[in-house]
Amino acid sequence: MSSEESEQRDTTKDEEEKAMKRGTAPQSFGIWLLLMMVSFSFASLPAAAQAPVTDPVGVVKLAKGEPLTIAYWFVVAGPDASLGIDTRRGVEIAIEDKGGKVLGHPIKLIGEDSGCNAEGGVTAATKLAANPAIVAAIGSNCSSEAVPGAPILWRAGIVTVSPSNTAPKLTAPDRGPTFDGYVRTAHNDKVQGRVAAEFVRKVLKVSKAATIHDGSPYAEGLAGVFAETFKKLGGTITSQEAIAPTDTDMRPVLTKIGAGKPALIYYPIFIAAGGHVTRQAKEVAGVGKVKLMGADGMFSPDFMKAAGDAAVGMYHSSPDLSPEALGPAYKTFVDKHQKKYGEKPLSAFHPHAYDAALMVFAAIEKVAKKDAAGNTYIGRKALRDALYATKGFKGLTGTLTCDKYGDCADPKIAVYQTESADPAKWEPGKNPRKIYP
Amino acid sequence: MRQRWFQKLSLVDLLLWAFRAGVLLLVIWGTIGTLSAGTYSGETWIDLVVFGLSQGSVYALIALGYTMVYGILRMINFAHGEVFMSGAYTAYFVADALARAGHLNRNPILSLLLILAVSMVTSTAVALLLERIAYRPLRRAPRLVPLIAAIGASFFLQYAFRGLYGSGFKAYPEAEILKGKWTIAGIEILRTQAVVLVASVLMMLGLYIFVMRTKMGTAMRAVSEDMEVAALMGINVDRVIVITFGVGAAMAGAAGMLYALVFKQVHFFMGFVPGIKAFTAAVLGGIGNIPGAMLGGLFLGVVESVGPILFLDGLGIVAPYQLKDVIAFTMLVMVLIFRPSGILGERLVVKKA
Repeated sequence: MSSEESEQRDTTKDEEEKAMKRGTAPQSFGIWLLLMMVSFSFASLPAAAQAPVTDPVGVVKLAKGEPLTIAYWFVVAGPDASLGIDTRRGVEIAIEDKGGKVLGHPIKLIGEDSGCNAEGGVTAATKLAANPAIVAAIGSNCSSEAVPGAPILWRAGIVTVSPSNTAPKLTAPDRGPTFDGYVRTAHNDKVQGRVAAEFVRKVLKVSKAATIHDGSPYAEGLAGVFAETFKKLGGTITSQEAIAPTDTDMRPVLTKIGAGKPALIYYPIFIAAGGHVTRQAKEVAGVGKVKLMGADGMFSPDFMKAAGDAAVGMYHSSPDLSPEALGPAYKTFVDKHQKKYGEKPLSAFHPHAYDAALMVFAAIEKVAKKDAAGNTYIGRKALRDALYATKGFKGLTGTLTCDKYGDCADPKIAVYQTESADPAKWEPGKNPRKIYP
Repeated sequence: MRQRWFQKLSLVDLLLWAFRAGVLLLVIWGTIGTLSAGTYSGETWIDLVVFGLSQGSVYALIALGYTMVYGILRMINFAHGEVFMSGAYTAYFVADALARAGHLNRNPILSLLLILAVSMVTSTAVALLLERIAYRPLRRAPRLVPLIAAIGASFFLQYAFRGLYGSGFKAYPEAEILKGKWTIAGIEILRTQAVVLVASVLMMLGLYIFVMRTKMGTAMRAVSEDMEVAALMGINVDRVIVITFGVGAAMAGAAGMLYALVFKQVHFFMGFVPGIKAFTAAVLGGIGNIPGAMLGGLFLGVVESVGPILFLDGLGIVAPYQLKDVIAFTMLVMVLIFRPSGILGERLVVKKA
């Protein structure tokens, strides 16, 4: 429990005590008050000022017909925008499928761009935290945004469900109480890193590999898990390098990697820097023939633009979006997407975003209380608890069950290989072709 | 009283000397460590130097603009990185159109020259507008004012381009002629890098001749010596300043096109980091000094490329390239400690004294 939260609790307790003291001073008045309260609660007269819901973190009250505000914080601008736009569309389709309404309140979706970096995450979260109408948030996209951003939202009592944060430390047991309001429908990279390493070691039979990360929690965590698993499987990691996301000249780093003579480079970074690594790897002596493998952060047609023909033949670990993994509901979703936006999904996390939105709506329906006038009351902590209590939730990405640290995904990770770098031919499963499992 | 002051000074001096010695010791220790480990072959080092030179020549071309404007107006044009971006970004649309029409591979040299021309013209136009709208009205204001105006202009340009062309990045088309490698004197060099190196050396030479041999160049040097006296001698100072801005921006535009040829990505924020690096290069070489800016740019590029492995790998640091910028700026600090006027900066000191 965060200190702010307990403070809030203390203040509410104080207020109750004060009220009681005020009431008990003239005893008869106190009894009268008690009687009045009892009678009110039985008759539930419209004049009752008492909300039917109390909550230690706070209660959102919606008047009859007033819109219910859900916020997203995604990276919807800049080089990594395809990731955020993809997830935002997942949320929008979920709202449409829900009929645009929860408990008779029209759903209002607002949002902030989070920029895929820590500063952007803080700015977006701070802006959203200042808006008391927000019932719940969906986001963020990049783990580097979530690390500073999620605690800001929870301090304001807003629970957030991330469709694409995959860094292990966000749901690690030592993450601390400031992350109490954080849940994710994305897979934990402990799974993705393991699958990637298993594929490289067992299927490609590679014995020497190198990794590159960009200092973000996502990339560093994933590269770390990959290296650990790879070593356990008997492989050698020749070097573990780091770059900055704004770097453009990767040749020196690649030259350094080349000195260790790895057979594969795993670089789970983002589109702009990933494009540079992919293109320049073909040009550097010593790594020109090395196999390349990226992860879900650059699993997007935009990456094909950034990397050009150099992307042909490279591998990606990413959520498994194939029909055999996701079933027929996903096909319906993609058809809807095609019809609504005139194009195929842009990245890999739209089904997770869809599930995140529906999970939030289900939790709201579970905890919301209505009074006779048709006003709706939603307890913030109750909503958070309901999300954490999600069990066997049938979503697009599988059957979601949350553990006590907020990991809800039913992770299905596949490895893809790019056959054509033409962004117009982007169709996960066919191009890039799914090759594992 | 006086004795105390001396004591204090010697302590500061001592600390400074300890810092210098410490950095030098680390550098030497790291270098010996890396070289004695023998992980990297001779070719690796040559490759690293070539990569550094081609990156450095782009820095040098941008640095020329900083240095020329500073030499004449004593003002640091912090919007220069955005001038660089505007050229590269606008030329992208020409490059893309040429590539789509197939001209880029049919008439590669002509197409590349056209792209270069568009990039240089756009950059020059942006810089001239900046000079006219943002800097000229402030020429008599205290020195800090134009500096702040330049920072404002830099943000304005970034967000104007973001509004014009969107916030995503664009992928530059590749010319078939520039793919692959050439072998020159036994050293393999990427074609793009060879072109960048040769083009920037030619351009810098041209600029040097322009400044040293032409009438306009003489006028520029005169204005940089003393603006008032130059005006009294019948030099049109405004015109000289406009041409200085224009020439500096044309160099930045060319750098933008070369940068895009190598890295093949453009977006509205691409000017920021190279701009800061080029400014560093200009200071490193001695700001206000044209050969200094060239040397500073090449030096910075090579240090960034070779430094992390050479100095840090031997010290056992795991991912040295994350500290690339730290190395570059430590180098700057070291150069400024040992030679406060920059590598070639002695003339500036004489001038200001």
